Amino acid sequence: MVTLGDYLMVSGVLFAIGFAGVMLRRNVIIILMSLELMLNAANLSLVAFSRFRVGLNGLPNYNAQVFVFFIITVAAAEVAVGLAILVALYRARQTTDIKDISSLKF
Amino acid sequence: MSPFLFWIFALLTVIFGAAVVINRNPVASALSLVVSFLGLAALFMSLNAYFIGIIQVLVYAGAVMVLFLFIIMLLDLRAERGRQINWLASAGGLAVTLILLCQIFSVVGHFEIARKAFPPLPGSTTDDVRNIGAALFKNYNLPFQVVAVLVLVATIGVVLLSKREPR
Repeated sequence: MVTLGDYLMVSGVLFAIGFAGVMLRRNVIIILMSLELMLNAANLSLVAFSRFRVGLNGLPNYNAQVFVFFIITVAAAEVAVGLAILVALYRARQTTDIKDISSLKF
Repeated sequence: MSPFLFWIFALLTVIFGAAVVINRNPVASALSLVVSFLGLAALFMSLNAYFIGIIQVLVYAGAVMVLFLFIIMLLDLRAERGRQINWLASAGGLAVTLILLCQIFSVVGHFEIARKAFPPLPGSTTDDVRNIGAALFKNYNLPFQVVAVLVLVATIGVVLLSKREPR
């Protein structure tokens, strides 16, 4: 029997993996991929809650799925802008390593 | 969905998600991310969210990953050479991640409702495109238009960002 908790655990582990990627990796493009992993972990728990809340009409709660739809749209726009910034950065500095891009570091 | 299939796809998602972080070669990371997203799409379909699962395959495993691979190959990124690792910073990052993981597990473990199985679904969800579309245009019409403006702004921003400045 698969419970809601199992899906939430998988979602939490996936989020932690994405978080570890942001904390540990130095390549900006891998950091962007880890951000995508974290967004998708949030999507998984939203869809699991949507299936868990079956309404009176016998259908899942579609509000959460609309929310996931918005998250996917915004994430796609975010990736496009992030990669454009990365290309502009590479043009200026010839690097994608965050150790070489520390002008704004406190 | 049978528990066997659920655990297969959950393990696929988590293992290839970890491979994204562990691989040193960016192309291998991107391809691992594709497999992880496909496993996630299967998990969405196991929750009767067919539209979201298909969107996941089309948008993430298709468009976003092509964008990532295109940029990796355009910039000609190679595997990172063995530069010295800042062990203190890495240990700190791992510790914060482990604390986060323990926190998530304790919250989910103490969540009483989460131990129940999913309730049965009497209605048919095979036409959930229609249901999501109705919710989108009836209840969420204004957010939908705001997202449309956001995508337009992102398009203009990307064009401006990637334009070469005249010298």
